[in-house]
Amino acid sequence: MANGPLQIKAISGHAGTAPGKNTSRDYDVCKLIDVTTCIGCKACEVACLEWNGYPFRETVFDNSYQTMPDLAWNYYNLIRFNEFEDENGNFSWLMRKDQCMHCADPGCLRACPADGAIVQYTNGIVDFQQENCIGCQYCVTGCPFNIPKFNKTTKKVHKCTLCSDRVGAGLEPACIKACPTGCLHFGSKDDMKDLAETRAAQLREHTSHKSAGVYDPAGVGGTHVMYVLHDIHHPERYGGLPKDPHVPWLVRIWKGPLKWVGNLAMAAGIIGVATHFLRFGPKEVEPEGHKPGENREEKGGGK
Amino acid sequence: MSTAAALPTTQHAGVIERYTFKERFVHWFTGVTYLYCVGTGLALYTPHLYWLAFMLGGAPTSRFWHPIIGLGFIIGTLWMNNLWRHDMELTEVDRRWLDNSKAYVTNDEARTPLSERFNGGQKLFYWLMLYGGLLLLLSGMFLWFPEYIPRPSGWVRGVMVLLHEVAALLTIGGFIIHVYMGIFMVPGSMTAITTGYVTRAWAWTHHRLWYLRATGQK
Repeated sequence: MANGPLQIKAISGHAGTAPGKNTSRDYDVCKLIDVTTCIGCKACEVACLEWNGYPFRETVFDNSYQTMPDLAWNYYNLIRFNEFEDENGNFSWLMRKDQCMHCADPGCLRACPADGAIVQYTNGIVDFQQENCIGCQYCVTGCPFNIPKFNKTTKKVHKCTLCSDRVGAGLEPACIKACPTGCLHFGSKDDMKDLAETRAAQLREHTSHKSAGVYDPAGVGGTHVMYVLHDIHHPERYGGLPKDPHVPWLVRIWKGPLKWVGNLAMAAGIIGVATHFLRFGPKEVEPEGHKPGENREEKGGGK
Repeated sequence: MSTAAALPTTQHAGVIERYTFKERFVHWFTGVTYLYCVGTGLALYTPHLYWLAFMLGGAPTSRFWHPIIGLGFIIGTLWMNNLWRHDMELTEVDRRWLDNSKAYVTNDEARTPLSERFNGGQKLFYWLMLYGGLLLLLSGMFLWFPEYIPRPSGWVRGVMVLLHEVAALLTIGGFIIHVYMGIFMVPGSMTAITTGYVTRAWAWTHHRLWYLRATGQK
């Protein structure tokens, strides 16, 4: 199999099973972003554009170092600059590389109604297949991180692929390769967890960041992009990183119980009317002036 | 006796107009647009019916046309409301009919109360489609243009998808019964809604109060 490392374990909007369902490779891949050593150079942004073949976007000045307000369909990866002042008036820049988190329980994939438009590989990467995308943007509703972006011209949704094309060929993602400070790491999820916990412990012991920690939210089953944060109790300071992300329960309802209830009700309705016809048959027309029911009595049960 | 049963709609000469051309047109206009929306909608509703989207021109095409054709359905429904809202008002006659609807359902004509131009069941179905359609329009607008919902209000779309699906399922329930009755259960009604005419016997049997008024007998 040419794409061995990219065997699929979950498919959106799919009536059957997936070839790699309930299986896992020896290791899941993971990106680790140590925001405490990020200098906001945007090399990762450039590398992402270069690898994916997109032009640089127009920047939007907003009196800060923020390049543009949000991700875009052709801009998968954006450093969010946050100017933060603590209670003592100490100022700091909190910089966070924002992109798809590649959730173990992806809300986008759950919400998507299009067969094969979103897939999850056994190595943990969640990938959009634009040729199957129908442009409904349910993935936007399902995503707790506000990542998928819609292209109004092509009516397709795009997001970070975690460089599935590079990873499938045994290479690291383009952003990792470009990072000059070593704040970006790539490897197995287990290795990245070790590295992240070691770094967080180091921060707690040797710096003033006493609540440094690892962001790997359990609400979405863990993510294949993790952060080391200065203060794990306040992820929202890093430009809207949710504290406890999870797949919206409304999405769970309409993709779960409501489907089954509705499908069964429709089947029951069709079976019901068919049974009614077998039991009672069509209504008969009686001639004008006839007392209602006269025909019926004459016929008795011998019809 | 048996011939009369075999030819239920032609035993009496003479026909009477039941639906004008305008009424027939608007009925089929809403019917066809509704059917398209049901097909494309069910395709996206459940993976088991995704093949419907391929039958209807492909999934992205379905996503593109579903809301536009849906608007057509709403326009047709409002037009229909303009034609029928007085005929569809629920009255004491309908209450009696609905209280005894079991007799109608079991073809027990002797115990079925007489009805006007539309019986209680038809009226309920009418209001179900009208209000269901308006709910589908309201929720559908949020599904159509999600990019204009600001992110902090993103949950609204989750609510609207739920509402859209529930409203659609309710109308589908009514629609299954409507189609079954029109094609199988009440012979002569398909002729009525296509040609506009029913036999006098048909009108006498199914909508006697209307028939007596229409023929000046009451």
